[in-house]
Amino acid sequence: MIKTLADIIEEHPFFKGLEKSHLDLIAGCAKNVHFQEGEVVFREGDPADLFYVVKQGMVAIELMVPQRGFTTLQTVGAGDVLGWSWLLPPYQWRFGARTIEATRALAFDAKCLRGKCEKDHDLGYELLKRFSHVISERLEATRLQLMDLYGVGA
Amino acid sequence: MIPLAFRIERLRQDTHDTFTMDLTPPAEFSFAPGQFNMVYVFGVGEVPISISSDPAQKSSLQHTTRVVGTVTKALKRLKKGDAIGIRGPFGSSWPVEEAVGRDCLIVAGGIGLAPLRPVIYSVLAQRQRYGRVVVLYGTRTSEDLLYTHELENWRGKFDLDIQVTIDRGGREWRGHVGVVTGLIARASLDPGNTVAMMCGPEVMMRFSLMELQRRGVSPERVYLSMERNMKCAVGFCGHCQYGSTFVCKDGPVFRFDRIAHLFGKPEI
Repeated sequence: MIKTLADIIEEHPFFKGLEKSHLDLIAGCAKNVHFQEGEVVFREGDPADLFYVVKQGMVAIELMVPQRGFTTLQTVGAGDVLGWSWLLPPYQWRFGARTIEATRALAFDAKCLRGKCEKDHDLGYELLKRFSHVISERLEATRLQLMDLYGVGA
Repeated sequence: MIPLAFRIERLRQDTHDTFTMDLTPPAEFSFAPGQFNMVYVFGVGEVPISISSDPAQKSSLQHTTRVVGTVTKALKRLKKGDAIGIRGPFGSSWPVEEAVGRDCLIVAGGIGLAPLRPVIYSVLAQRQRYGRVVVLYGTRTSEDLLYTHELENWRGKFDLDIQVTIDRGGREWRGHVGVVTGLIARASLDPGNTVAMMCGPEVMMRFSLMELQRRGVSPERVYLSMERNMKCAVGFCGHCQYGSTFVCKDGPVFRFDRIAHLFGKPEI
């Protein structure tokens, strides 16, 4: 049986527990995408008009540092969410993203989803709860990275 | 209690601040994974260093250490053929037998891979006795990775899942970037039937424990290696007291539920 986008979304841990009506609304803003190895997914400063849920592969979240080049801040892989700048004004990517491996993902139209969240606050709240969890995990990871845990005396 | 003279066969620089010594003991030397020796540089002093070689090798052993103090600086200046004093092996060991028939999760941070390396050798020597074996290893940068050739070899095995992550990297690094705790969430394991062994900075272990708990790994099946200043290595001097235990004698490997009341307490 061929799976619909709603089926794929329903099975994904990020969307676990969402009502069927919400899954259908979300699926209406989703599409399957594929990136080759080394492909840019989005660039720092560009409009954050999509976000992604990675199904397969690995993506580096990176920042261009003058004199140093591109620095990878974190990698995300299968099951992870890529991008939350679409949630908050000015809806611009704060960091860039580039694939390390060929990557398959679900891409979600941010404008479409923001519109649906404005109309249906229950959906908005459910998504916000899930993204808050992602943001909190990323913040925790960043704090640990900043601690330079593996250095002498850590 | 009296050190025996071991001969240095080789000193190898692993990273900018870490090196490995190959030693020849005066007689066959047996140890269990996780145990440590007191390493004595004559006329300088003595430090505890975990044994990082294959326990099946009785005629040689290895210590990997970071250059952090007077003794390790003196150790690094030694040459092939020089003698050092060794007392040991001391301390408790990793639950290699208890893990038989279960999935085995090894979580290492930085130099914490050194005391876990003998576990990997032991498990690989009897691979069929274990379920899934997952090694998660985090370091600061790709230049800080230990045992890179072995990691590559182990990674090539189909029955061993090795995941390496670094805190920061450039585009030349094609692996994970992020904290090692992030890898625990993705590890392919049966949490209800997993024995976890971890060694690394205490903060790393604290966050790893939370992730293991979240995944449902029982605290009775989580083991960690603690580090405290040691002097006598036999529980006499009290330097390494950890609550009512001594890290040198009762540890360094502890079952987590037995030290949960002490772990992460700022006073201890």
